[in-house]
Amino acid sequence: MTDIPMDTMVRAAAHPRRDIGLKARYAAERRFRIYGVVAISVGLAFLAIMLITIVSKGYTAFWQTTVSLPITFDEKVIDPSGKRATDPSVLIKANYPKLAENALVAKLGISPDDKPAIKQLKGFLSEGARVQLRDIVAADPSVIGTTRDVNILAAANLDSAFKGQIDLSVEEARRKVSDQQITWMNKLKAEGVMAEHFNSGLFTYGASSRPETSGMGVAIIGSFYMMVIVLLLALPIGVAASIYLEEFAKKNRFTDLIEVNINNLAAVPSIVFGLLGLAVFINFLGMPRSAAFVGGLVLTLMTLPTIIIATRAALAAVPPSIRSAALGLGASKMQMVFQHILPLAAPGILTGTIIGLARALGETAPLLLIGMVAFVADPPTTPFDPATALPVQIYMWANEAERAFVERMSGAIIILLVFLMAMNITAIVLRRRFERRW
Amino acid sequence: MNIMTEQSLENAVGDKMKSNEVIKMRGDKVGVFYGEKQALFDVDLDVRLNQVTALIGPSGCGKSTFLRCLNRMNDTIDSARVTGKITLDEEDIYDKNIDVVELRARVGMVFQKPNPFPKSIYENVAYGPRIHGLAKRKADMDQIVESSLKKAAIWNEVKDRLQEPGTGLSGGQQQRLCIARAIAVSPEVILMDEPCSALDPIATARVEELIDELRQNYTIVIVTHSMQQAARVSQRTAMFHLGYLVEEGATDKMFTTPDDKRTQDYITGRFG
Repeated sequence: MTDIPMDTMVRAAAHPRRDIGLKARYAAERRFRIYGVVAISVGLAFLAIMLITIVSKGYTAFWQTTVSLPITFDEKVIDPSGKRATDPSVLIKANYPKLAENALVAKLGISPDDKPAIKQLKGFLSEGARVQLRDIVAADPSVIGTTRDVNILAAANLDSAFKGQIDLSVEEARRKVSDQQITWMNKLKAEGVMAEHFNSGLFTYGASSRPETSGMGVAIIGSFYMMVIVLLLALPIGVAASIYLEEFAKKNRFTDLIEVNINNLAAVPSIVFGLLGLAVFINFLGMPRSAAFVGGLVLTLMTLPTIIIATRAALAAVPPSIRSAALGLGASKMQMVFQHILPLAAPGILTGTIIGLARALGETAPLLLIGMVAFVADPPTTPFDPATALPVQIYMWANEAERAFVERMSGAIIILLVFLMAMNITAIVLRRRFERRW
Repeated sequence: MNIMTEQSLENAVGDKMKSNEVIKMRGDKVGVFYGEKQALFDVDLDVRLNQVTALIGPSGCGKSTFLRCLNRMNDTIDSARVTGKITLDEEDIYDKNIDVVELRARVGMVFQKPNPFPKSIYENVAYGPRIHGLAKRKADMDQIVESSLKKAAIWNEVKDRLQEPGTGLSGGQQQRLCIARAIAVSPEVILMDEPCSALDPIATARVEELIDELRQNYTIVIVTHSMQQAARVSQRTAMFHLGYLVEEGATDKMFTTPDDKRTQDYITGRFG
């Protein structure tokens, strides 16, 4: 069979090549690839611009200028009439800024009689020194009459100047810091007394009209409470609803209607949920305004559709062969769902939940409507106390004009983005880790 | 091929004397509707104790549908409706008093595609006995797992890796694991829906051997597309076509002198 001489074989004449449009087809493919690359590049460029802007504006918010001064807790200033043993309110009302001022006067070697210079000193240290020193005395009244080193916060304008954010070439009358203050600042800097420290206050302070003493403490606690409430309510309700709809409910018009509505709810603008929360939870049920609990309930309503859709998709993705296997062995429907389907769907459910939570964490509009856009100075101790939320705090700082607030706003955005990225990365890691292949 | 047929002829004759042709399951005018569409028409078919009954026929002829009626797996399809009567030991399995979970413990099933749970080999086998409470102590469970895996002729291959995932086995091993899983709940009848269609010829041969051994203790109904397989493993064969039972009888007779021309055409490869 194989040894037939070559010449006896019939040779096929070369077939004329047809034009099947190969050139155009490849050109179309190349064009499409270019569109894709351009689209992705544009997207990445905007992302880069956004991140660079935020980080370059915001990273300084994590540093705060302080002046380390030997404060003499002078009894003549704190308690001139010696009544503190009988009237503790003296210690609260005392003129603490005077202590800081005296220490600074001594440090800079200004004559106590130089009134214009002392007037300029007023804007040098933060008004927060009052609270700072009061807390020290309140914690330990025996400190009165002694001297100890305290890091006093610099005022916001000096803080900005210290970070080099104030243009000194502008004429003195039109900028927030005077030449005299700059001279002192440089002197203290040279002595190592005035320096930048990590701004832990950004994470602990509540709302304040002074940038240097305002922080996101209240917002972080408020957001934390809300996330816990959303997780505790939305996850069980959402998963239970999905399991019922996907595995137990008969497929009929009514369940179709429910499904359409759930999909629609996921697309309802969040501010509508805010109005709903205002009308139902606050006006009708009389729950407290500005409370993280109500915020959590509203965000639960908003997150539920997301979780239900993700969970149903995860349940439906479990192959039918596993269902048949369980049922064929005589497992009841309940056993099939809870012993086989649910464990296999868990990674998908978790991912959906975390993404839903991340969305809820970044939600602002509904919280504005239920009064969480409030000036809350003290950290809430329960979810029923007034609180704010991370994005709301950003919104409030964005409304402030001062340079130092803009910096803090960018810092807050960085913190929020870090939280969101951490959650999304968790979702991805969980999915990778538990993903099963059939 | 000839030798095979002769062997099964001898088997059939021997069985006839031994089991005395006890009817284990009986279908009486069984019809199945999927919504408006009728998929099965008036099927009267007996499944005999300790015999292998093969259901053959071209795709879409209703043989799998009939098989799934025998342990009410069609219940899981919302639109499916079954008419007529199916009995197991003279009891109507669609009766209100029959619990479907109990029925499926008595009538086990092995599917077309091996479908082990994504759990360990041990857990795969132990799952059925556990949910039915067949083993009180760990030692009893170990015993059930071992004997099931032995009966399914896979024990020697997996005894050292019982804690490894069942999905890591080869296709043929997975299918024998699924058979072991079905055996573990001590069913009376085992339904097999094209159990070898996803397997290579060597794995197929092993499963067929296994089916022949299992016949001693269980009643088996098998759906197959392979004429040779039906001839090799079964004692009785039923031929389905377009939702009707065309012909049913002893396998050796069906493959040598069928009464119906459609059966003749199908087994000689003229259609299907």
